[in-house]
Amino acid sequence: MKLQRKNGLRAAALGALAVSGALVLTACGSDDNTGGTTGNGETTSAASNITCEGAKGKLLASGSSAQKNAMDLWVKNYMAACTGVEVNYKSSSSGEGIVAFNQGTVGFAGSDSALKPEEVEESKKICQGGQGINLPMVGGPIAIGYNVPGVDKLSLDAATIAKIFDGKIKNWNDPAIAALNKDAQLPDKAIQAFHRSEDSGTTQNLGKYLGATAKADWPYEAEKKWPAPGGQAASGSSGVAAQVKQNEGAIGYFELSYATSQSIPTVSIATGAAAPVDATSENASKAIAAAKIKGTGKDLALELDYATKAEGAYPMVLVTYEVVCDTGNKADTLDTVKSFLTYTSSDEGQKVLSEAGYAPIPAEINAKVRETVAGLK
Amino acid sequence: MASTTPTDSLPPTPAPPVTGLNSKSTGRAGDKIFLGLSRGSGILLLVIMASIAAFLTYRATLAISKNEGNFLTTFDWNPAGDPPVFGIAVLLFGTVVSSIIAMVIAVPVAVGIALFISHYAPRRLATPIAYVVDLLAAVPSIIYGIWGALFLVPYLEGLNLWLDDFFGWTYVFEKTEVGVARSLFTVGVLLAIMILPIVTSVSREVFLQVPRTNEEAALALGATRWEVVRMSVLPFGRSGVISASMLGLGRALGETMAVATVLSPSFLISLHLLNPGGGTFAQNIAAKFDEANEFGRDALIASGLVLFVLTLLVNGAARLIIARRKEYSGANA
Repeated sequence: MKLQRKNGLRAAALGALAVSGALVLTACGSDDNTGGTTGNGETTSAASNITCEGAKGKLLASGSSAQKNAMDLWVKNYMAACTGVEVNYKSSSSGEGIVAFNQGTVGFAGSDSALKPEEVEESKKICQGGQGINLPMVGGPIAIGYNVPGVDKLSLDAATIAKIFDGKIKNWNDPAIAALNKDAQLPDKAIQAFHRSEDSGTTQNLGKYLGATAKADWPYEAEKKWPAPGGQAASGSSGVAAQVKQNEGAIGYFELSYATSQSIPTVSIATGAAAPVDATSENASKAIAAAKIKGTGKDLALELDYATKAEGAYPMVLVTYEVVCDTGNKADTLDTVKSFLTYTSSDEGQKVLSEAGYAPIPAEINAKVRETVAGLK
Repeated sequence: MASTTPTDSLPPTPAPPVTGLNSKSTGRAGDKIFLGLSRGSGILLLVIMASIAAFLTYRATLAISKNEGNFLTTFDWNPAGDPPVFGIAVLLFGTVVSSIIAMVIAVPVAVGIALFISHYAPRRLATPIAYVVDLLAAVPSIIYGIWGALFLVPYLEGLNLWLDDFFGWTYVFEKTEVGVARSLFTVGVLLAIMILPIVTSVSREVFLQVPRTNEEAALALGATRWEVVRMSVLPFGRSGVISASMLGLGRALGETMAVATVLSPSFLISLHLLNPGGGTFAQNIAAKFDEANEFGRDALIASGLVLFVLTLLVNGAARLIIARRKEYSGANA
């Protein structure tokens, strides 16, 4: 009996040691994490050109998660330069951002798609004497990542992409894929196409691209909800990327940064240009350069030319906007909004984008954005 | 709604006779204050519940009145579309089917564990096993989800292929689509593991309450241990096991994060349970809420109300079954 008791005590001591050890170790782990995510060079040195004129207090913003990584960098650089100003971008979703904007709770909203007419109408209540306008601020390529062992280069055209995601092409050694990739050793393997399970601006932009370039093979409306039957779904760009990484024979679409960070190979697109175009932020900028401004007045909503055949222009792109009032911004945040957006649209601010896997807005459009930002009232 | 603690419902033990609640108080101040307080809390609860129900019903009717599809039979969820079309058929199917799979797997296993702990295991082994099973209930469901996605899904692929090979003729286990095991079947297995602790611990408590004399009498008549279990323990515990299962079913019906992590949702009904696809009420709400506009949220609230009604029906049915069996059980012996 006595002996047993001793054993019990010893076991308890061991257990306590294990628990406290685990606690100590996890504490270390979490410390490391917080340190690792913020690592980014040259930001402090670049901060010198930011003008903080009139900026003060706290600026709330919310919206699209597609531009979250860009916003994080911008906010960090901006707050380092302008002490005493706090910018708080809550990355939720475009829909939520616009709702918050039209309720007047945020200084500006981020959105994957331009305001709809009824949303503009609603914004007139908040923007006294004006209305909500779209300022293109962040561009980005939508990459198509795949997982086929032995195939490290793959190019596809819009019609083939549409058929793959619509379940019409079911195998990797399909003649349509082979015709576009003469050198590749395509395995006899079933294709698993992954799409987003939740409503998403990325899905909508992919739909717009396929609808514009492969109408015959993609009969669906470009909506935030995935339209085609079949295929598998995963939640968020990160979820789709993880599934593609895990499963042989998988293909899926997500923002480029997820492909680079997880080293997933991406599809080059045969646009009709001399050579298939790789998914890079530089090539995406070239495609955005072909866009026309469709917004009227101060609104700078873009109409992208998805069917562009320009050399080196990657056409599957998404442009995210910042939504502000042209006139009638709230007095206490107006100066901060102006100062912050002046920074994000400056050369310096746009340069940060390519570092984060996004595409800068082409200079010509960007010049108009700067002009509009300067004239905000 | 996602989880219930194992302590919040005990097996139906005879309630102590309620006397004196409505009878005249002795007139002491303490009595009056206590009566007022308890009556007030009771009424407050009803008022809160009623106002929540009213709010939800109001928002749900807003959505349903603008729905262009049939709310009950449409295989689609697109309240942001033009015209808005959404229906709960797929969600209802997925919720019911995954819960049934979970029950079929979990209840026999749970009863087995409970019997082992209460009647077979040596005391020294029984306590740690009971403790470990109870610990399963304390694991948050998102952890089950991550574990399911990273471990269960890849490992169930083998089982899926086996089921497809040998039971493909049943139609249900025929795998017609390529894809990993992110199916309703996998969700069922995961839910079974999640509801195991609650069913086990309640069943165990019931089995432990079997009157010692009943078992000893059976043993004295020459019954083997299995016969004792079959003749005295199981009949006595039947209503308790049923109510334990209903508690588990309640958790399975409402489970959100684990399902959302493991399932590959799609708006198609398929009886091929091994194919990826399907959806449940709670999973759909979690997946769609973020990007939904105000109307979309109303639509999701409407689907949540259906889940509420479904849970209500299940609990009602369970009460009926238990009430019918009451006279046979030992609960009022």
